[in-house]
Amino acid sequence: MGRFHRHDDGSVHSHDHGEAGHSHDHDHDHDGHSHDHDHDHDGHSHSHSHDHSHDEGHDHAHDEALAELIGDHSGYQTGRERIEILEDIYAENDRLADANRRAFDAAGVRVINLMSSPGSGKTTLLQRSLAALEGSVRVGVIEGDIETPLDAERLGGYGAQISLLNTGNGFGGECHLDAPMIAKALRGLDLETLDLVVIENVGNLVCPAEFEVGEHTKAMVYAITEGEDKPLKYPVMFRSVEAICVNKLDLAPYLDFDMELFYRNVAAVNPTAKVFELSARTGEGVEAWLEWLTGGAADD
Amino acid sequence: MVAARLWNTSRGQVKGGEVHEVSLCRSLAAAVTRAAGERRVEAVEVSIGGLRQVVPDAMAHAWTFVVRGTTLDGAALRITSIPAAITCDDCGATTELGPELGFDCRSCGSGHTRVTSGEEFTLTAIDICDPARVTKGES
Repeated sequence: MGRFHRHDDGSVHSHDHGEAGHSHDHDHDHDGHSHDHDHDHDGHSHSHSHDHSHDEGHDHAHDEALAELIGDHSGYQTGRERIEILEDIYAENDRLADANRRAFDAAGVRVINLMSSPGSGKTTLLQRSLAALEGSVRVGVIEGDIETPLDAERLGGYGAQISLLNTGNGFGGECHLDAPMIAKALRGLDLETLDLVVIENVGNLVCPAEFEVGEHTKAMVYAITEGEDKPLKYPVMFRSVEAICVNKLDLAPYLDFDMELFYRNVAAVNPTAKVFELSARTGEGVEAWLEWLTGGAADD
Repeated sequence: MVAARLWNTSRGQVKGGEVHEVSLCRSLAAAVTRAAGERRVEAVEVSIGGLRQVVPDAMAHAWTFVVRGTTLDGAALRITSIPAAITCDDCGATTELGPELGFDCRSCGSGHTRVTSGEEFTLTAIDICDPARVTKGES
């Protein structure tokens, strides 16, 4: 700042010691020479070994600033540097999940993320639920676990709006639904005309539990054919849910299922879970589940 | 395309198998690419909590083919595992969770516990190599 340089022509430079912004001074210091100097500064920047000049582009200036911060100057010789980041890989998903939730809230819709292992009877329970609620509760379904068109047909005919997500064709993360997928699926639903949305997640006890999609709460379907130890084997899933449907109760006479052991295992990972013993096939016990599903007398 | 094939052939692995790691590697790769821009990435460091249910070997394998043919091809993946831990609301004890992932307090048996670590999935650092800067340094 404030250096005085006398220049006879535009070829000059004694002031090149890394002072960003020096060109402003020159305009004041030299009568009638300022035009030449403006051009000169641009042309000379490469010879200024410590000059963070503007015409080298923002990327390099940024790199150097980072290298300064990190204290690693080896980058100048080798081009290598280490960048500290600390970015939560789930953060972007969670932001979108919040946006989805705001859309649900704005429309006054209750949204349940329904998860399970494959073959637990999730679609059957959903089918029975839709049939029971038809005419009283306006239901939308985001269907993320379609193996065949046959599954989709099973859910049709009950007056529910159904938005299909094709998770089998490399559609994002195929082992679970994530918030961006749900955002897309919302285009297939008219939320203003709905009371309840059920998101049928991909049949999988691992990752669906880890991805918020904007639901208000999570539930899962578990079949007694799966074995009593599942809560301990998949604690993250069992801990993530508010409600557990214990399905296929109609098969109990043919199995050695130990319900008490199962409850103990659930309590070890999720002591506050609501458990609904039911049979989606026969309809036994489904009424209590429906009350919880629709947000009715569940919180007693 | 490779990932899609793996998906198709492993769909029978109903536990999630490696598919989970593939999906996470894609998210990780996107974050790394945002941070690195055009520069070549030599190594990626990530911290993963025990409750993220990631199998490190599966993650490493998934990473190699998720980045194959992309600007991140060849970038090494370094995983730091963070143990899951719970703190008891009743007695205050903190328990590090091992393979047996019950969430009840090991000190007093209470079920009222909070997870205090283990849910991390954080890109912590990248090592980059910028060819443009090598040129500059030599000039």
